[in-house]
Amino acid sequence: MDDLLLNQFLLLGAVLFCIGVYGAIARRNAVLVLMSIELILNSVNINLIAFGALHGDAAGAVFALFVIAVAAAEVGVGLALVLLIYRNRRSVDLNDLAEMKG
Amino acid sequence: MVAQNLFFYAFAAVIVFSALRVVTSRNVVHAALYLVAVLASVGAIYVLLAAEFVAATQVLVYIGAIVVLFLFGIMLTRAKIGADQNLTHDSWGTAAATAVLLFGVMAYALIDAFEWSSTPLPADTRIASVDGSNTATVSDSIFAEYLVPFEALSVLLLAALIGAIVLARKD
Repeated sequence: MDDLLLNQFLLLGAVLFCIGVYGAIARRNAVLVLMSIELILNSVNINLIAFGALHGDAAGAVFALFVIAVAAAEVGVGLALVLLIYRNRRSVDLNDLAEMKG
Repeated sequence: MVAQNLFFYAFAAVIVFSALRVVTSRNVVHAALYLVAVLASVGAIYVLLAAEFVAATQVLVYIGAIVVLFLFGIMLTRAKIGADQNLTHDSWGTAAATAVLLFGVMAYALIDAFEWSSTPLPADTRIASVDGSNTATVSDSIFAEYLVPFEALSVLLLAALIGAIVLARKD
């Protein structure tokens, strides 16, 4: 109970990941699904930084920065798509978007 | 060391509580504000692991830019301000079961692979630091070893910028 353990951070990442997966599946509002995806990306970053600290290697921090940049790009394009859907259908409810359903 | 553990569990509790509120809140704006709490606490976890540059980037990019983008998205799609009953699927139980099952598998695998006390982090988690900070090491690493991925990422950001403008433009 004295030292910080690797598993503390990995389990915190796992909890955050599973909460994000729940949100991405269960939410009906497209903006809230994008928020859940941000939770998932953050859990990955915790794991990267924890392993970087374990091995004393800067690669963990570098890849976490890359993930943050990719997340910014993803949110930009994702919200543009949501806006386009809203403009065409007056709603961002994912239940209304069922054309592709077989 | 005890203080570090204390702060870890405090921030972990904030992260888990706020993340649960993000995915269960009936109010879209509240969900976005709880997301701020999650992102700030994750930044604090980075500080605990001596990744201060990533923590600063987390605050600047996530809390400063992405959350503002989310709030714009909420307002431009005219989400109901106040409680909204239609934010969660009726079959959320299946999603909860999936998440719990996934966590069970992941927790078992993690505890099996890195036993609870056999992999402590180094007492000083700073990596070969210059002047007591990791930032110089990280920047050296980005601009030497990972220069090509860094350039690819710049092109990706440019593509996302152009793509977002093209998609959101009215014509």
